[in-house]
Amino acid sequence: MAAAPHTVDDLAGADAARSGWLHVVARFVRQRPLGAVGAALIVLICVVGAGAAWIAPYDPLANDYGSMLAAPSAAHWLGTDAFGRDVLSRIIYGARTALTVGVGASCIGATLGSLIGLSSAYFGGRIDLLTQRVMDVFFAFPVIILALAVVAILGTGAGNVILAIATPMVPRCARVVRSSALSVREMPYVDAARASGFGHGRIILRHMLPNVMAPILIMATAFLGEAILLEASLSFLGLGVQEPTAAWGLMLRGAAVEFAETAPWMAIFPGLAISLAVFGFNLFGDSLRDALDPRLRTQ
Amino acid sequence: MGAYIAKRLLAMIPTLLGVAVLIFLLLRVIPGDVVEARYLAQGSQFQSQELMDQERAKFGLDQPLWKQFADWMGGLARLDFGVSMWTDGPITQEIKLRFALSLQLALMASTIASCLAIPLGILAAVKQDTWVDYAVRVFTIAGLATPSFWLGSLMILAMLVVFKWVPPMVFTPLWVDPWQNLQQLAWPALAVGYRYCAVGTRMMRSTMLEVLREDYIRTARAKGLWAKLILTRHALKNAILPVLTVISTEFAFLLGGLVVTEQVFNLNGLGMLFVEGISHRDYTLIQALVLLVATTFLAVNFLVDIAYAWIDPRIHYR
Repeated sequence: MAAAPHTVDDLAGADAARSGWLHVVARFVRQRPLGAVGAALIVLICVVGAGAAWIAPYDPLANDYGSMLAAPSAAHWLGTDAFGRDVLSRIIYGARTALTVGVGASCIGATLGSLIGLSSAYFGGRIDLLTQRVMDVFFAFPVIILALAVVAILGTGAGNVILAIATPMVPRCARVVRSSALSVREMPYVDAARASGFGHGRIILRHMLPNVMAPILIMATAFLGEAILLEASLSFLGLGVQEPTAAWGLMLRGAAVEFAETAPWMAIFPGLAISLAVFGFNLFGDSLRDALDPRLRTQ
Repeated sequence: MGAYIAKRLLAMIPTLLGVAVLIFLLLRVIPGDVVEARYLAQGSQFQSQELMDQERAKFGLDQPLWKQFADWMGGLARLDFGVSMWTDGPITQEIKLRFALSLQLALMASTIASCLAIPLGILAAVKQDTWVDYAVRVFTIAGLATPSFWLGSLMILAMLVVFKWVPPMVFTPLWVDPWQNLQQLAWPALAVGYRYCAVGTRMMRSTMLEVLREDYIRTARAKGLWAKLILTRHALKNAILPVLTVISTEFAFLLGGLVVTEQVFNLNGLGMLFVEGISHRDYTLIQALVLLVATTFLAVNFLVDIAYAWIDPRIHYR
């Protein structure tokens, strides 16, 4: 691939202004084909999730006891499960659950984490030290164990799962944002803002936050994939989203394990959906990081 | 160096104390306790209040929180982890065999992850932005995206369909029958190792890219040194440290965090024990388990830092 020239005019977005957003998309596809594949997958999942009601051939909750454990056919493209529910329809509606939980957890985790990281860096001194120690404590827990503990406290269900997944993400985001914010705090414009008598909140949100947006965005996309995976794991354990809601991890549980040999479609397709979704977010996040981190650019 | 080691070891104490307080409180916030869980399991939740209070008193659950915590800490100071509230067996006994399993699995998975990550990461960095780079990244990111519990069930399914054979379902310790043991643990190790190689590969690629742009690499190249020699002698040595950090940190988490994979392969490891302990509200067991995992995590981090100073003479600790 030809080295991408990062010229002044491309920085100023003059390119984009010249030939519109199509040109921007074309350039992204050319320069970062992997990222483009990821973005395409993300768009696909969002479209499927949003339009589930129109796309899905069947009601994801409708039992059809006449065709239980039916193999993939023209009527049921990906077969049916032990209750005669259409697997494809459940996967399509499952995209909704995955996106809701993923986006919700990632937003909450990144927002709280960023605020903690920014304030920790901004105030410094004892507050910083104390925050760091508390974050260290959270770091010593494996992610899934922290999530399981939160689920045990709050109970199962989509809303609680979002909080359970967001919890372990907060300290990790806080650490990354803090380290970026430490250098931002020393910038003259922060001094200037302080000299102008702005309040702490305003300096943190209006002056520092925009300058650490790049790492936050990278973290948030990485979290999204991870959150979808974590939701699937929790649901698989029976501690996440509950039946009869359509969720990918839930579909891999119970009957899918029991009838894995005779009805493998139940075990294969939902897992494939999880993998593709997480793959899309990770691919996109990876390219985003490469694009935003100047040290890793092609020379 | 001695002073630094002492300082680091001392710094672990407040963190571990924090972990202890956090898990102690989290457990008490979870609705229900071991007495209720036991009666629920026996199918008779309507026990007389006195009987339940009596049971609670046996575990010291009627004491004020600070007293319970102090008792636990006092026991720890005497290296006494107490007994499981659910089985009444000593906790060290409950954890011992499962720890052996989890440790072996974590070691095997980390080895597989490093064996994949280091060469793949170097390859991707050297061939940056070619199809080789893309192929490596797709391979590793796919690993990160695939739930290892799903990959695990597919592996079992494939073996069942193709070879009419499933891995043994009962754990045999390595020292009893190594062949039997490896037959069982190789598959989960492969599924988990593949997943975790992605993080290492990504780190290897980016540190290698950075190092390859250093002046001394250019100098080495300019004086006509073999490309291979430059890579292994000059670049790898400087690029590998962060990779080792990432892989060892992952290792510490593999020890207690393989909850779902253990479920699929029917492995009775620490992860499974944790899930059981939570559902039984077995406070003493969970507390010991979490403290064990946290201590391992801190110890690994500590060892990595010491190793840094030992490998890299530029680093001085005070």
